[in-house]
Amino acid sequence: MADETPAVDTADEAAIDATPAPEELHGAPVSYSRGQKVLHVAREQLTDTVAKLRDDSYLQCLDVTAVDYLGYPSPRELPESITPERFELVVTLISHQRAERIRLRVQVPESDTTVDTLFTLHPGTEAMEREVFDMFGITFTGHPDLTRVLMPEDWEGHPLRKDYAVGRIPVQFKGAPSR
Amino acid sequence: MTVIDKGISDFTSEGAQEMLPRQVAGGVEVLREVGSVLRLSEADAAVLADREDDAQTTILNMGPQHPSTHGVLRLMIELDGETVIRVKPVVGYLHTGMEKTGEELTYVQGATNNTRMDYLAPISNEMAYCLAAEKLLGVELPERAVWIRMLLAEVGRIISHVTFLATNGMDIAAISMMLYGFREREELLRFMEMVTGLRMNHNFIRVGGTAADLPDGWEARLTTILDNTERRLEEYDILMTNQPIWQERLQGVGTITTEEALALGVTGPILRSTGYAWDLRKDMPYLAYDQVDFDVIVGQYGDCFDRYAIRLNEIRESIRICRQVMKRMPHGDYRVQDKKVTPPPRARIDESMEALIHHFKLFTEGIKVPEGEAYVGIESPRGELGCYMVSDGTGKPWRMRTRPPSYIHLQCLPHMMHRGVIADAVAVISSVDPILGEVDR
Repeated sequence: MADETPAVDTADEAAIDATPAPEELHGAPVSYSRGQKVLHVAREQLTDTVAKLRDDSYLQCLDVTAVDYLGYPSPRELPESITPERFELVVTLISHQRAERIRLRVQVPESDTTVDTLFTLHPGTEAMEREVFDMFGITFTGHPDLTRVLMPEDWEGHPLRKDYAVGRIPVQFKGAPSR
Repeated sequence: MTVIDKGISDFTSEGAQEMLPRQVAGGVEVLREVGSVLRLSEADAAVLADREDDAQTTILNMGPQHPSTHGVLRLMIELDGETVIRVKPVVGYLHTGMEKTGEELTYVQGATNNTRMDYLAPISNEMAYCLAAEKLLGVELPERAVWIRMLLAEVGRIISHVTFLATNGMDIAAISMMLYGFREREELLRFMEMVTGLRMNHNFIRVGGTAADLPDGWEARLTTILDNTERRLEEYDILMTNQPIWQERLQGVGTITTEEALALGVTGPILRSTGYAWDLRKDMPYLAYDQVDFDVIVGQYGDCFDRYAIRLNEIRESIRICRQVMKRMPHGDYRVQDKKVTPPPRARIDESMEALIHHFKLFTEGIKVPEGEAYVGIESPRGELGCYMVSDGTGKPWRMRTRPPSYIHLQCLPHMMHRGVIADAVAVISSVDPILGEVDR
């Protein structure tokens, strides 16, 4: 809470100078996507930031998911200080007191797909992190039970990755020559 | 229910997803005893982990084929006599890769896919999908479309909740309630069929509005059904709510506190049963919920009875909303008049080349949604149903994530069942009201 006040001051001064400084929250740049508040957190800072946000009335973690940007056609709109990586972990928190949600986007490189678990802060992320592990192969350090959850245990690959092809079943038409 | 022995587990093995015997698992795994995720202090945990009375506990396999698990939910339950110690839900039997499929379907087709997730409240699923896509598109919906959506969502909520009353009754051996609940459901489904053409999986809410306008005579039909349903709710109060056997069976069973519910990511009726008044319709209004008058029902003890009573009374509130919507249903378009979003009417295709092109483009390539990402959360009958959508500027979403309330609510099962008896486990599963189609997607 304490470090918020100077941030607001600098923003005000910047507005007077007509060179808007990028908005920051807990040391991470803030952007707005369709009017929704998005916080771009560094991978190492994720748990710290979520802890600070939890103290700041964001009591519930609604969602943990990921996006695979492999082959995304155009450069993503990210703040300048953020380097885009293949995976993006997306954490949605909600503050009931302020009646607003905040979204945390964390860049996760393909070479090292590990993130610290949020389980210690929000135990309800257990199932969601398991699903992300199952679907994207992102591992969560410190997660108590990181096993596949939707796919069978001996499944190979992570289905929601973009380099994982969609399965197809050939359609059999009556009278058509079978392939 | 099957007691696991070596022979059976060879056929049903899910490997590491299963619950292991106490002496094999050890460590943090044994802490499942205090809820799959909520844990005790280090010192308390150490005491539990050291228990030596393994010989007396049994691991029982409940499901995936079991009538009270509401589909294909498999629960592995460690029992000490009749007392439940550890519970681990094993899911994924119904996984059909709907999120992956969602990336392959255009925005025109997408709602067809999403509507099949939560098969008891299909309208909510379609709506979350369409609201997310509309958020990315930045289109303003015509008023009539908003109110039609609200009406159907509330009718959908009543359908879901009467089905809950039915299955909940059946699980606790109140078989007559099962018959009455499904009777209500049938009547309401007939109304849905009249409006959307289908009893379930309506695919009626589309990006940019609804598939069609409301049919003639919908008001008279709905008025009759709502009046009937409301009168019968009084009967259910006599049959169930005020009945000592029912109260004894549910009160104090499967309790959860507000702190635990918030920590576990629980939303909807389960969170409200702990006395925490949080309803997205009231607190973060979407559609036109800020213009209708209704109450948020809260419980007090967080037990199975509260969860039952909340759903029963939410039906009354939904009826109230439906009546207000009926009275105030605005006239006008039911679809946004944007040629890049809404396909032209059939008649226009014969006379206008432009309409033909738009029709062709929309149905082959889909609606072009600008790049970006957005999250939309709505109050489905089960809780916050979210849709996180990333668009790459083409006709198909780059990523379509649905936040399934049922999947997250399954996490509170081990916690609610801990130290209860196995017979109460059935009541607890039922009161959480998980929909496995949504859990596994």
